[in-house]
Amino acid sequence: MTTATDLLPASRGGTGTKTGGRRFGAFRFFGGQSNSGGEGAAKRVQFSSPFLPYLFLAPQLAIIFIFFYWPSVQAIQSSFYLEDPFGFGSTFVGMTNYTDVLKSGEYLGIARFTAVFTALVTFFALSIGLLLAVKADGVIRGNAAYKTLLIWVYAIAPPVAGLIGMMFFDQHIGPIVELARWFGWDIKVGLNYFDTAFSMVVVSVWKQIPYNFIFFLSGLQGIPVSVREAAAIDCRSGFRRFWTVILPLLAPTAFFLLIINVTYALFDTFGVIDVMVKDKAANNPITLVYKVYMDGFRGNDLGGSSAQSVILMLIVFVLTIFQFRFIERRVHYN
Amino acid sequence: MAAITIAEVSKIYHGNVEAVKSVSIDIEDGEFIVLVGPSGCGKSTLLRMVAGLETISKGTVTIGSRVINDVDPAERDIAMVFQNYALYPHMTVYDNLAYGLKNRKTPKAEIDARVAEAARMLEIEPYLSRKPRALSGGQRQRVAMGRAIVRKPAAFLFDEPLSNLDAKLRVSMRGEIKRLQKRLGTTSLYVTHDQLEAMTLADRLVVLNGGRIEQIGRPLDVYHRPASTFVASFIGSPAMNLVKGQIEGGSLQIGLYRIELGGRAPVEGPVTVGLRAEDLKLAGVGEDAMLFQVDYVEELGAQRLVHGTIEGQALTIALSPETPLSGDLAVTIAVDRLHFFSPETGKRLERGTSFVSDAPAQTLRLETAS
Repeated sequence: MTTATDLLPASRGGTGTKTGGRRFGAFRFFGGQSNSGGEGAAKRVQFSSPFLPYLFLAPQLAIIFIFFYWPSVQAIQSSFYLEDPFGFGSTFVGMTNYTDVLKSGEYLGIARFTAVFTALVTFFALSIGLLLAVKADGVIRGNAAYKTLLIWVYAIAPPVAGLIGMMFFDQHIGPIVELARWFGWDIKVGLNYFDTAFSMVVVSVWKQIPYNFIFFLSGLQGIPVSVREAAAIDCRSGFRRFWTVILPLLAPTAFFLLIINVTYALFDTFGVIDVMVKDKAANNPITLVYKVYMDGFRGNDLGGSSAQSVILMLIVFVLTIFQFRFIERRVHYN
Repeated sequence: MAAITIAEVSKIYHGNVEAVKSVSIDIEDGEFIVLVGPSGCGKSTLLRMVAGLETISKGTVTIGSRVINDVDPAERDIAMVFQNYALYPHMTVYDNLAYGLKNRKTPKAEIDARVAEAARMLEIEPYLSRKPRALSGGQRQRVAMGRAIVRKPAAFLFDEPLSNLDAKLRVSMRGEIKRLQKRLGTTSLYVTHDQLEAMTLADRLVVLNGGRIEQIGRPLDVYHRPASTFVASFIGSPAMNLVKGQIEGGSLQIGLYRIELGGRAPVEGPVTVGLRAEDLKLAGVGEDAMLFQVDYVEELGAQRLVHGTIEGQALTIALSPETPLSGDLAVTIAVDRLHFFSPETGKRLERGTSFVSDAPAQTLRLETAS
């Protein structure tokens, strides 16, 4: 499963660069709260040779170029070719791969599902994470044990967490399947389109909640106690206080998590989807990333698959610009 | 405007740590009360119990005619100014001031009028549309004050509001707080660890130590008649000198020196003697005096603090900078300026009530005991 993901040069390349860039940007926001910025300027180092700084940067640059840019460029290049499935050669076909993909009803259907899936996973992972963080923040006694219980899912390896999540929906032993059966709902993961989509969303959300929880909790604890107390004197309703004081002060954290969660839902849910739909009947919901993998490695259509990953790259690119332009503007940084 | 009654209030944290021990204070309407004491003495805890930020373990707090033990902080009709200002960083100065009023469904026109009035009073009108981070420390402090003023509460609670400001600003803001409070006539409870701030601001001081009240009184009363060695050493700068002495047969003995008390000794036996630095004078020629061995001198400009020892006990003397210093000094003190404390309890020992009325200012009479 993991090797399959790693073998996706184009999509991994695309996401890798994007997340890399965003993470850097996002952590800058958090760095801004400490005073590290001022110190950096004072500790400016002078190099005697002009090549030395480049030498220091070389390993990082090499990694970026070899693992991120090179595959991306290759993907863009091969998206204009029709590759022979047996590797005997390739023909330049121009934009045909793109037009084929965009005209395909199946592809558009998957794109629609991906959009809904991403929106649901992001929304629920963020809101449940926030809810738990707010509640955990209010716990006074035994909060260490409580927080640990909420975080542990994040501490175990993602594939294991994914497998445990999948077990919830196991046809024979899954507790959620049994619970649903009580209500007369016979969940059939991998057979019924809606049931599969439902379990995909649940497991993806479940895996992401601890991550969001940690960040929201640290964000909440970063809000000065005296500001909360001032608000308690100024406003009786706790609910209103949350919306007018706490949430605006959490906005930098929430914005960072929004970007991370969208990326997670778009790309990092590959493993969950793979376990759920692999070797199952054909009509199952999949996301665009999984479609890239299916076409490229199951269907041996490298050109079409590359075209799809380039489209994905563009989508992420546009989404990121949108998020920074229109949402970050409303975010207040301390 | 309202009187505040704090009646036998205690704060007990889990683990049976008693931070405030049965404290009672009656605060009159419009009075400015300063709670002062070293860190950990429970002064902030007491203030926060009045504010409703801490629960009251025992006793009652009454504001006006309402017992507010179980009233929500927002309903107590108090406003608080915090040490680090606690402004809402995402709101403009205007919104910071208006937030509490909006939540109380005050009409928009009224909010505008009150914010404008407070802003004018505090001279923060030019900054109303700015965010707090674009303000200096002093301006933030004013906004924090403004947030309290616009509410027109029954009481102001100040939690060390000036300790984050630089020394110069602190002095001017101190004056401004005093002026504002007089003008608005709002009952105020002010917490500080700075005895100078306490002396200058308070109508009445409450000196706290280890969760208990050491003394309540007007600043000058506390200064001139400290109720215990703790108060004596805490109020006043430099701190009152405390030396060990012995009263035998109506005269005080400090080391080898014997001081006639004129038959008005408070007790017999060992005592702690308090001497204010400014009450110790240089002895004139022919006057009885104690030998003061100079250790080092601190020049403050207006006065000069001379540190040294009398009979091996450390003391500080405040002298005018004109006084020439040459080696060791001969010092003396008026007998009615001596304070006596019990060496066991630290409590003040009063001399006979007749002392002040019939005795002419006694000068020190010394005999070197042989």
